Amino acid sequence: MTTNKLQVSVNVNGEQQDFLCEPRQTLHEVLRDVIGMTGTKEGCADGNCGACTVKLDGRIVDSCLVLGPEVNGSTVETIEGVASPDGLHAIQEAFLEEAALQCGICTPGFIVAAKALLENEPEPDEARIRHWLAGNLCRCTGYDKIIRAVLSASQKLKEGK
Amino acid sequence: MATTDYRVIGTRPIRHDGTDKVTGRAKYGGDTAASDLLYAKILRSPHAHAKILSIDTSKAAAHPGVRGVITGKDLPELGAGTIEVGETPSVNAMQMSTNVMARDKALYKGHAIAAVVATSVHIAEEALAEIEVQYEVLPHVMDVRESMADGAPTILEQQTTTSLGKDTGKKSNIATHTVFEIGDTSKGFADADLVFEREFTTSPTHQGYIEPQSAMVLWNTDDDITIWTSNQGPFGVRTNTALLLDVPLSSVKVIPMEIGGGFGGKIPVYLEPLAALLSKQSGHPVKMTLTRTEVLEATGPTPGSYMKAKIGVKNDGTIVAGEAYLAFAAGAFPGSAVGAGAMCMFTPYEIENIHIDAYDVLVNKPKVSAYRAPGAPQGAYAVESLIDEICASLNMDPVEFRMKNAAKQGTRQVTGVPLGNVGNVEMLEAVKNSDHYNAPLGGPNRGRGVASGFWFNAGMQSSATLQVNPDGTVGQVTGSVDIGGTRAATAMQAAEVLGLDAHDVKPVVADTNSIGYTAVTGGSRTAFATGWATYEAANDIVRQMKERAAKLWETDASDVEFDEGKFTRASNPEQEFTFKALAGRLMETGGPVVGKAEVTPPGVGAGFGHHIVDVEVDPETGKTDVVRYTAFQDVGKAIHPSYVEGQIQGGAVQGIGWALNEEYYYNDSGVMANSSFLDYRMPTSLDLPMIDTVLVEVPNPGHPYGARGVGEVPLVPGLAAISNAVNNAIGTRLSQLPMKPGNILEALGEIEG
Amino acid sequence: MATVYIPPTMRDTADGNDKVVLQAGTVGQLITELDRVYPGMADRICQDGRIRSEIAVAVDGEITDIGMLATVQESSEVHFLPAIEGGSGL
Repeated sequence: MTTNKLQVSVNVNGEQQDFLCEPRQTLHEVLRDVIGMTGTKEGCADGNCGACTVKLDGRIVDSCLVLGPEVNGSTVETIEGVASPDGLHAIQEAFLEEAALQCGICTPGFIVAAKALLENEPEPDEARIRHWLAGNLCRCTGYDKIIRAVLSASQKLKEGK
Repeated sequence: MATTDYRVIGTRPIRHDGTDKVTGRAKYGGDTAASDLLYAKILRSPHAHAKILSIDTSKAAAHPGVRGVITGKDLPELGAGTIEVGETPSVNAMQMSTNVMARDKALYKGHAIAAVVATSVHIAEEALAEIEVQYEVLPHVMDVRESMADGAPTILEQQTTTSLGKDTGKKSNIATHTVFEIGDTSKGFADADLVFEREFTTSPTHQGYIEPQSAMVLWNTDDDITIWTSNQGPFGVRTNTALLLDVPLSSVKVIPMEIGGGFGGKIPVYLEPLAALLSKQSGHPVKMTLTRTEVLEATGPTPGSYMKAKIGVKNDGTIVAGEAYLAFAAGAFPGSAVGAGAMCMFTPYEIENIHIDAYDVLVNKPKVSAYRAPGAPQGAYAVESLIDEICASLNMDPVEFRMKNAAKQGTRQVTGVPLGNVGNVEMLEAVKNSDHYNAPLGGPNRGRGVASGFWFNAGMQSSATLQVNPDGTVGQVTGSVDIGGTRAATAMQAAEVLGLDAHDVKPVVADTNSIGYTAVTGGSRTAFATGWATYEAANDIVRQMKERAAKLWETDASDVEFDEGKFTRASNPEQEFTFKALAGRLMETGGPVVGKAEVTPPGVGAGFGHHIVDVEVDPETGKTDVVRYTAFQDVGKAIHPSYVEGQIQGGAVQGIGWALNEEYYYNDSGVMANSSFLDYRMPTSLDLPMIDTVLVEVPNPGHPYGARGVGEVPLVPGLAAISNAVNNAIGTRLSQLPMKPGNILEALGEIEG
Repeated sequence: MATVYIPPTMRDTADGNDKVVLQAGTVGQLITELDRVYPGMADRICQDGRIRSEIAVAVDGEITDIGMLATVQESSEVHFLPAIEGGSGL
């Protein structure tokens, strides 16, 4: 049986990952099943829910819409890279304090997306946050506490926390 | 309004599984792995209704990388009729099995026909395309009223109508006709000054949990079956999987993974029996995950409905009679929640005379499952919409009207059962005095609507054990999967008893071999019933530790008191141990202390909710914006207020989606045309304002901390509240959900239907 | 004496009555007594010696999980209603 697997070398959360993958495997599948990082979740596999959000070369994408071989030579940040050895990121702390998660399946996607927002725009207002996060679906919270968590995180980051 | 202040109850500690869930470490159903894992996929019917003439799996079986193939004939044939399954009420096992995989007929588009297991999910998908199925397409029926009519296509050959508790022997898609009645409605309506009536229709909607079903199953060589799954009820998975595979209950162990939403839709089994058979065939663990399309088309949405409601009132607003006709579309097998809908719809009101006819009807759609207070949102949509019309006609304030007719403790429901302790009146008072209710609407094209809702809530069985650690912390084991913060809510109750901080209790959710039977995380029961279990287990620890203190003080256990985390010698109060100090002395006084409890608590507190919503409708596009939303609810006692608020906000938003956009849009072939998250349009953050909540606390005397179930009520009032608001904004009355832009423009006369 | 509320679907077997007053110490005894007064009632409520799975029994406003074993007091009210499993449809 011949293989059509391609060699991919990609920086994930600061570590170089080298592996083989089939052209039809999405980045989402590669992260979870090839590298073994299951923090990035699947909700729909067709780019409509944002549960699989990762940061690719500086912008957030649905990893289910990116093919594995496409990220050769790129930089990817996933939920696993958000906390540091010193502790949780301000956004993660805010999500916990504000109870911005119930089942938690959408949470990794929201945290990656919100982190990207606050890195670009440190003090977004409610309307801006809602707009930025419109590509991330949550069915449990009604978004209220998620928005509050992002507002709180922006405050914390401003205060140097 | 809570009468007691507690140390831990009512505070907002960080949830115990929080760090894992914000870092991606928590393992959900789809996150399972094994070194020799295989992947399975399901072939599904493209037809809404068809005879399966033949299935040829030979090419698929020979496909490189394929390790097994099954069809419906690989599932055991079980007895006809219902089977007692011990821990759960009798189920029609053959119907459950046939829903999991078709036998002689495909009953809905998406019905499972065959399944393949292979070395990769992609190879499994390739192999599906090589399975050859010969179908004879049959006429399908999708509309509930069409299906009830004589001459409708027969969906289940053996189905006859059970009417008023008796099998009529008549073959029909009407599975059951039930009647609920109290008083005498002919007399009631004769006494009425005014009678209002209207018809309503709703579409099926889906719970919309973001995580698709996923399971990994190993049928081991010793015939022990292990299932890793995200499901609301691991014990139910054990029971149903053993039943469908016709294996001993004891050979099945279910290990609960974290679960990404359920809302009632993740109680049935869809994957586990199939993955088990494929594991047996292949000799490997097998993983199966549904795609989003499969979730929408082949799990269990809530039923669509056709309803008629009629209410008679006196000129002063007193309700004298209520009548309803409910026809719910159960899907391909009987079992919609039309009965629950009937039992809840009029319950916010004290009405002497009620008559309801409730029909459970088959259609060529997926078999429905529970969805957050199943049946009650539909019923409330009808009644609360009609009440809005009545109040407008009488020029009566909607909250005054509800207070005038308010159900309270002792009010008889349509079943005749009197309500226990409830907080309906207190909640209505909170509404009346609220800022939102008294605020001006503030803008053109705006409307305001209000509605009430009721749900019984459940008790059922829970077990708990608590182990005292030498450092004074306590390990907690329960069987309740944590969908919305229940590790915290239950640990807090144990902590309150023991005088500990919430984080001194370490909760774990255990598999079915490691904890006593525990019913589903659902039914608004977990903080109530599993909390009771942890409360009782904590009290068991206190009893045992009093014995230990007595030993150390050389006295009798009756001489030991425990209060606020301290053991004190009653006859000599200078002698005391903190919980932590005594915990360090357990090994020398007799060994570890483990507390246990198994409860089926009575004293379930039913719940009422009331929502106020302001909308703005664009007259050119028909788009409705929700501009302000306040949800009131009697929550008994909020154990962890953040998660209680969260339940209310989440349920309210599901109601917004159901009212404005969500539906199963079928084409003429009986195929769902919008089976993705793109077109099955759930609310996004951009569609919504903040959802304000008002927690009214009328403590439930049936629970040690006053807790009442809270999770389901929030979906009940919203459909009517939003409908009433839209109707208020556009000045005409839609009585069909969803109120999508096209329907609104039609109602405004802007476009033709 | 306990009061048993007869649901509309069973009133034909109870001579059209919606309420019956009986002496009984448990739900099981109550059903036996009900069947003595209105033959056929036991069959409407029970199957194979247990309450039919589609029926729930409420004693004094509380749904009981132990069916026929549930205690009935003097002046208790007993209702038979459709069983529902909140959030747990099978």
